[in-house]
Amino acid sequence: MNAPTMRSTSALLYLSGVTVSFDGFKALNNLSLLIEPGEMRAIIGPNGAGKTTMMDVITGKTRPDTGEVVFDGQADLTKLDEASIATLGIGRKFQKPTVFENHTVRDNLLLALAGMRSWYRLLTAAPTKAENERLEEILSIIRMGPQQHMLGARLSHGQKQWLEIGMLLAQNPKLMLVDEPVAGMTDVETETTAQVLREVNKSHSVVVVEHDMSFVRALGVKVTVLHEGSTLAEGSLDQVSADPRVVEVYLGR
Amino acid sequence: MITRFLWQGMDRNLRLFVLLILAVGISLPLANLILAATNPAHVPSWVLQLVGKYLCYALLALAVDLVWGFCGILSLGHGAFFALGGYCMGMYLMRQIGSRGVYGNPILPDFMVFLNYKELPWFWHGFNHFWFAAIMVVLVPSVLAFALGWFAFRSRVTGVYLSIITQAMTFALMLAFFRNDMGLGGNNGLTDFKDILGYSVQADGTRAALFFASSVALALGLIISAAVVGSRFGKALTAVRDAESRMRFLGYRVEGFKLFVFVLSAAMAGVAGALYVPQIGIINPGEFAPGNSIEAVLWVAVGGRGTLIGPIIGAVLVNFGKTWLTGALPEVWLFALGALFIVVTLLLPKGIVGLWGQMKSRSQSRKARAPA
Repeated sequence: MNAPTMRSTSALLYLSGVTVSFDGFKALNNLSLLIEPGEMRAIIGPNGAGKTTMMDVITGKTRPDTGEVVFDGQADLTKLDEASIATLGIGRKFQKPTVFENHTVRDNLLLALAGMRSWYRLLTAAPTKAENERLEEILSIIRMGPQQHMLGARLSHGQKQWLEIGMLLAQNPKLMLVDEPVAGMTDVETETTAQVLREVNKSHSVVVVEHDMSFVRALGVKVTVLHEGSTLAEGSLDQVSADPRVVEVYLGR
Repeated sequence: MITRFLWQGMDRNLRLFVLLILAVGISLPLANLILAATNPAHVPSWVLQLVGKYLCYALLALAVDLVWGFCGILSLGHGAFFALGGYCMGMYLMRQIGSRGVYGNPILPDFMVFLNYKELPWFWHGFNHFWFAAIMVVLVPSVLAFALGWFAFRSRVTGVYLSIITQAMTFALMLAFFRNDMGLGGNNGLTDFKDILGYSVQADGTRAALFFASSVALALGLIISAAVVGSRFGKALTAVRDAESRMRFLGYRVEGFKLFVFVLSAAMAGVAGALYVPQIGIINPGEFAPGNSIEAVLWVAVGGRGTLIGPIIGAVLVNFGKTWLTGALPEVWLFALGALFIVVTLLLPKGIVGLWGQMKSRSQSRKARAPA
């Protein structure tokens, strides 16, 4: 068997023919996806379309049965574990916000801050001036400066989501995967989140998975529709929502 | 550098507590040695021995809390590290007996003569030196913890499965040490000690010195634990406890963090065991009994898991209760232990230290609500 030839590509993230099955159920079915550097992409799709499984494959939590997953034109993500993929520059925000509940907002960001990861250096390291400045910067982007000494457990749902986005920023990844950032948010919070993400997109590539159509509209970016584990349609939100197959999947027959 | 590292975790309460431990470590032996037996402030030797034992247990509890309270690894086998440290010290003490044993063999301890050993087993070599034994006290538990942790943490064994493995480890060691072929005294263990560093282990002065050494070890253990927990490493450690997979997605190699505290904790338990054995005068395979390890976890739960002072308070209080109850109402002790477990789980999830914190914050909020 000859080694699979990796297609040389300018894309930041390149998925081709990815299939994942759990006990015969195909969560992803020959899925292909291309994300360009600097792009923000919204991924929508009904429940069970494979959105979260796709995130799991990209971050190394799930190994695909077949298919290629290439990051930055060179790294084969199907061979790496979570920590290596995170170090390469892929950050993930989970569907359910998982901030560190017994740490303050500031400590949450400090833990996420890119750089210090080795346990023996952390034993003696104090936060540097550059690190503290970066923390202040992130706190202002996510609008949580006043809450920086609050414990994670005491934050509201919306605040936790923003803290998560801040933690992603602190990791300074090349690509940010954001899973359902506005689930359970009020309209005002949803609008704020769209602003925060647009600001984040100025310096980072972003993939957003979301159900909320008004939020996707507020983002105003290219949309990919997933259905039964593969791409159904791609284009602007207006284009895809005019597509009869997408209407059928969302509204049923 | 090292002093800065050691002081980074100390706050005012901890400093006071360290001073308290050292004050006990100095005053009790002095009250035993200097004051006349008729003086009401005189501390009898048996009290000194008892409290010395509590100090060793407190260090063991602190070690358990370091992995359980701060990293979420519920070890039900820390008694094994304690016992291994104890055996290393016991081997040194056996070699110090020399020709004063019953059989008068200058090299072989009595049990080996009795079992027809012709020469010293290889692993007994070097234990005639105190420095060698002292290194082994730290090294043997650390190596075992490293080996166990290396495989367990890399294969992501967590939660109850890890607890069962640690419990099985101490049980297996107990069975192994019960065998006479092991060359460590079988079920009688190691005893009849005479000297430590040239001083009789029975002498009041030696007992006082051992007591003081135990308090210093406990204080040092507390300072080291505070430094580890108070560092950025400590923040990452509690984050691993609360959301391990989240830490992986942040790019942390969680195994390294777990392995470091597990080994550090095993070394602390080993030192505790090594100080325990000369004060008690015997080490036998019973110290490996799974129940001992579970009791140590209970001390931590009673005192306050995830606090540094809690396990020390818990270990002293529960063992004081045990000493008193097994004397006054021996048949009640095990029921009391069970009841304690239930009460702590239901009513004191954060232990005694947590209760104190709750009362403090309640009185503060009452004060805040009171009209100015």
